[in-house]
Amino acid sequence: MSELRFDDVTVRYGRTAAVDGVSLAVPPGAVVGLVGESGSGKSTLARAAVGLAPIAGGRITLGGVPVPARGRSRPLQMVFQDPYSSLDPRMTVGASVAEAMPPGGSRADRRAEVERLLELVHLNPACAGAVPARLSGGQRQRVALARALAARPRVIVADEITSALDVSVQGAVLNLVRELQRELGLSMLFISHNLAVVRYVASHVAVMRRGRLVEQGPAARVLTEPGHEYTRELLAAVPGRTTRRSRP
Amino acid sequence: MQGRWTRVVRTPLGLTATVLVVAVVALAVLGPVLWGSGAGAVDTDAILAPPSAEHLAGTDNLGRDILLRVLVATRLSIVLALLAITIAVVCGLVLGSAPFVLGRRSGRLLAAGVNIAVAFPGLLLALFFAVVFGVGATGAVLAIGLAGAPAFARLTQTLVAGVVARDYVAAAQAMGIGRLRILVRHVLPNIAEPLVVNATIGAGSALLSFTGLSFLGLGVQSPSYDWGRLLYDGIATIYVNAAAALVPGAAVLLAGLAFNLFGESVAKGLGVPAGIGLGAVVPGRRAVPVDAPAPAGRTAAADRPSDVVLDVRDLEVTVPGPAGPVRPVRGVSFDVRRGEAIGIVGESGSGKSMTALAITRLLAGRGRVDAARLEFLGQDLLAPDTAVRRRTLGTTLAMVFQDPMTAFNPTRRIGAQLAEVATHHQGMTRRAAAARAVDRLAAVRIPDAPARVRQYPHEFSGGMRQRAMIGMGLMGSPALIVADEPTTALDVTVQQQVLDLLTAIRRADDVALVLISHDVTVVGEVCDRILVMYAGRIVEDLPAADLVTAARHPYTRALVDAVPDMTTDLAEPLATIPGRPVDPADVPRGCAYADRCPLAGARCRAEDPPLVAGPDGPPGHRVACWHAGEPLPAPAGRDYDELVESP
Ligand SMILES: Nc1ncnc2c1ncn2[C@@H]1O[C@H](COP(=O)(O)OP(=O)(O)OP(=O)(O)O)[C@@H](O)[C@H]1O
Ligand code: SF4
Ligand SMILES: [Mg+2]
Repeated sequence: MSELRFDDVTVRYGRTAAVDGVSLAVPPGAVVGLVGESGSGKSTLARAAVGLAPIAGGRITLGGVPVPARGRSRPLQMVFQDPYSSLDPRMTVGASVAEAMPPGGSRADRRAEVERLLELVHLNPACAGAVPARLSGGQRQRVALARALAARPRVIVADEITSALDVSVQGAVLNLVRELQRELGLSMLFISHNLAVVRYVASHVAVMRRGRLVEQGPAARVLTEPGHEYTRELLAAVPGRTTRRSRP
Repeated sequence: MQGRWTRVVRTPLGLTATVLVVAVVALAVLGPVLWGSGAGAVDTDAILAPPSAEHLAGTDNLGRDILLRVLVATRLSIVLALLAITIAVVCGLVLGSAPFVLGRRSGRLLAAGVNIAVAFPGLLLALFFAVVFGVGATGAVLAIGLAGAPAFARLTQTLVAGVVARDYVAAAQAMGIGRLRILVRHVLPNIAEPLVVNATIGAGSALLSFTGLSFLGLGVQSPSYDWGRLLYDGIATIYVNAAAALVPGAAVLLAGLAFNLFGESVAKGLGVPAGIGLGAVVPGRRAVPVDAPAPAGRTAAADRPSDVVLDVRDLEVTVPGPAGPVRPVRGVSFDVRRGEAIGIVGESGSGKSMTALAITRLLAGRGRVDAARLEFLGQDLLAPDTAVRRRTLGTTLAMVFQDPMTAFNPTRRIGAQLAEVATHHQGMTRRAAAARAVDRLAAVRIPDAPARVRQYPHEFSGGMRQRAMIGMGLMGSPALIVADEPTTALDVTVQQQVLDLLTAIRRADDVALVLISHDVTVVGEVCDRILVMYAGRIVEDLPAADLVTAARHPYTRALVDAVPDMTTDLAEPLATIPGRPVDPADVPRGCAYADRCPLAGARCRAEDPPLVAGPDGPPGHRVACWHAGEPLPAPAGRDYDELVESP
C-alpha cells in the first residue's frame, strides 16, 4: 500500500504562491479531509498532485516515488468540483467512463465494466448511451465519479465532489466513499467545504488558509477542539440545524 | 440537433440564403456540363455584340456569349474560393491549436505571431503572396488561403482556450491522455460548429477577394476564366457593352452574399442565448386556465395584491426527448412577493433549473413553455418579445447561475462584460457603464474593485466569480433575482458571504429572491418560504421555519433526514432515499413518489394528490400527499446495500 505525501510543496501562479510550503500525508487506506476558504489553495494542491499545476518547490510522492506525470498509468485520479464542465459534451457517458479504463479487455468486458461502474454510482446503466446534456447536474457528477473509479486508482483526489449532489445521493456517495475505503483500502484526499460531510468520511482533517496548512490532525480532535482561530471560525459558519433550531 | 437546423431554414433570411447557396452549388456542378461548349463557341460575326434576344448579355471580343460564360465560370470561381477557404481553415486550425499542443512558452510565441499577422490588411498579404507565388490561379489560391489563415488561427485560439479551460480536458490530462489526442477527441469536436459557420462566411469573402485578384490581373489567366476574369474583360469594354461587366459582377455579389448570409443565419440558428433577456421563449398558453379564470389586462392586475413580483400558474415545460416530448415541469404554481425569498429544493432532475430558466426566459429554443399565467411585474412573459420589453426585463430580472465560469466569456475582462450589460440594456455610455461596473463589483464586496475589473474570469476565485455574477445582475435595478445553486461550489465561509450578500441586497432594495438549491440547510437558513419539488411538481410549500420540525410530506422529511450535520452518528450509514428519482419521460400514474415512499398505499398509486392546505394546518402550508403528516415507519430506507452494485 502506498502513501501519498506532499513534502513542502509550493505552487506559484505569477508572483503569488497559491500553495505555500504544504506538507501533508494521506496514509494508505485513510481518507484525509481538506477544508479551507475559497481561494485558499485546496484545489491547486489537488491539481498539483495529478500534474495539472506546476510545482515550484517540494515534492509529491506516492509510495516513496514521484507521482507519474506522464504516460498512461495514472495511479492518482481526480474527481472535479464542477459537473457542468468536467464531462465532454460531445461524448456519451459510456465513452467518457471507458476512456479512463486501463487499455485492454474485450469490447463486451469493457461495456460490462462501464455498466458496473454506473450502477456503483447509482445511475441507470442505460445512461451509458446518453450525452451529458441529457443529464442533470447531480447525474453528471456521478458519471465523473464512475470515470475516476474506472482508472483503478490507488488514491483518489476528490475536489468538492458532493457539493453539487442531492442530499439523498450525497448520503449514498458518502456511504460509498466509506465503503470503498473500507473494502478496497482506497485512500482519498477529500476536499469539501462542508464540515459535516468531512467529519463523516474523514479520519484526518487538514485546514488550509491562504496557501498554508494552519492545522491538521485526527478529525475527532480538530473538529471538536480546534487549535487554530480560523478552524473555530469555519466551525461557526456551518449552516445547520443548530442555528435553525435556535430560531424562534 | 435536427431541430436546430430546421430552425435555420425557418427564418425568411435563412431560407433565402439556403436556397441561394443550393442554387449556386447546383450551378457549379451543372454549368460546365450544360453550357460548356456553348460558352466556348467563337462567333466572329457577333464580336462585342450588345445584349440581344440571342445573346442576353451580349458577346465578348471573340463573339462568345457572356451569359453562358458567366454561368460556366461558376464552377471555377466556387472551387477556387472553397480551395482557398480550406487552406485558410486548415492553416488556421494548425496555428490556432498549436499553443495548446506545444505548451505554454512556444505557444505564446506563436500566438503573438498570429496576432501580428491578423493586424495586416488581408489584401496586402494576398498581393504579397501573389508576387511570391507568381501570377496565376495556384498563386492566388495560396495567397488568399494563407491571407485568411491568421483570422482563423485567432478564432481557433479563442475557441480552444474556451474549451481547454473546462474540467473535462483537465480530467483527460489527469488520465494521461496525450495533448494531440485530447485535441482530436475533446477539443475539435467542441469547436467544430463555430468553425464551420465561420468558414462558410469566409467562403463568401474568399470569393470576393478572388474576384478582386482576378480583376487586378493577378488571378486566373486566360484561356481559363472565372467571374473575376470575366469582370476584368468586361470592364475593358464597358462603354461598348455594360452588361459584359455587370453580369459577372452581379454573379459575384449574389454568390458572395449567399455564402455570407447562409453562414450568418446558421450562426444565429445554432447560437445559444448570449445573455439575460435575449433568449426567446416559445410562447404558448393553455386554452383553458385550470386555476381561477384570469380576466384580461388591467382588471387582472387590479384584483391581485399589488406586491406580487412574479406570478406563476400551471407552468409546464416541455423539451424534446429521444422518444418524443418530455415534460420536466408539470404544472407548477407559486407567486413571489416584493422582497420575499423563496427557496426551491428538490433532487437532481426534479425540474428546479427548468423552472428557473422558464421564468427568466432563458430556455430559448430548447423547450416549450406553457402556463395559464406567467407574469413578472404585471408583464406577460409569454407575450411575444419586443425590444423595449427585453430592455426592461434585462434590467429588472437577474439570473445567477450555478456555474459562473460558463456565464463569463473566458477571453474578456470582467469589467467589460459587466459594462456591456449597462450599455446594451440601459443605453449607458461606455464610461458611465465602466464606472458602474466598478461600483457594482465593490457592492458585491470584491476587494480592490478598480483593479479587479481589468482581470479575466480565470483570475477570480470561484467565490469571487459568483459574486461578480451577482454584480452583473445588479448592473440594472432588479426586482427579482433568480439564483440557481449559487453557492454549490463554494466553501462554507464564502457560501456564507454570498448568502449574506444576497440577503443584504434583498433587504436594502426590497429585491425578491428565488433561491434554487439541493441543499435543504442553505435554503432553510436564507429563505422565508420553501417549495419542495419532486418530478416536476411542487409537493410541499411551507414556511422555512417549519422545515425541520413541521414538514408533512414524506419526501420533505426524508430530505431533511438525509443531511449529515455535526452530530451525525459516525457508526451508522447515512440515511438515503431508496430508489431513483422519476424519469421525466416516464412519470407514473398517481403520486410520482409512490415507488420510494414508505407510506404509499393503493390510492397513492391510482390518484395524483393535489397541492392543498391541510384541513387543520395553517393556510400558508400546502402539501400534495394523501397521507400527509402520518408517522413514518422505522427507517427501513436506511438500507446500506442500496449502494452496492446490484448483482
Ligand atoms: N436539454 C435537455 N433535453 C432533454 N432533457 C433535458 C434537457 N435539460 C434537462 N433535461 C431533463 O429535464 C429534467 C429536469 O432537469 P433540471 O435541470 O430542471 O433539474 P434540476 O432539478 O435543476 O436538477 P439539478 O439539481 O441536478 O440541477 C431532467 O430529467 C433532465 O434530464
Ligand atoms: S401520496 Fe402516497 S405515495 Fe405520495 S407521498 Fe403521500 S403517501 Fe407517499
Ligand atoms: Mg439545476
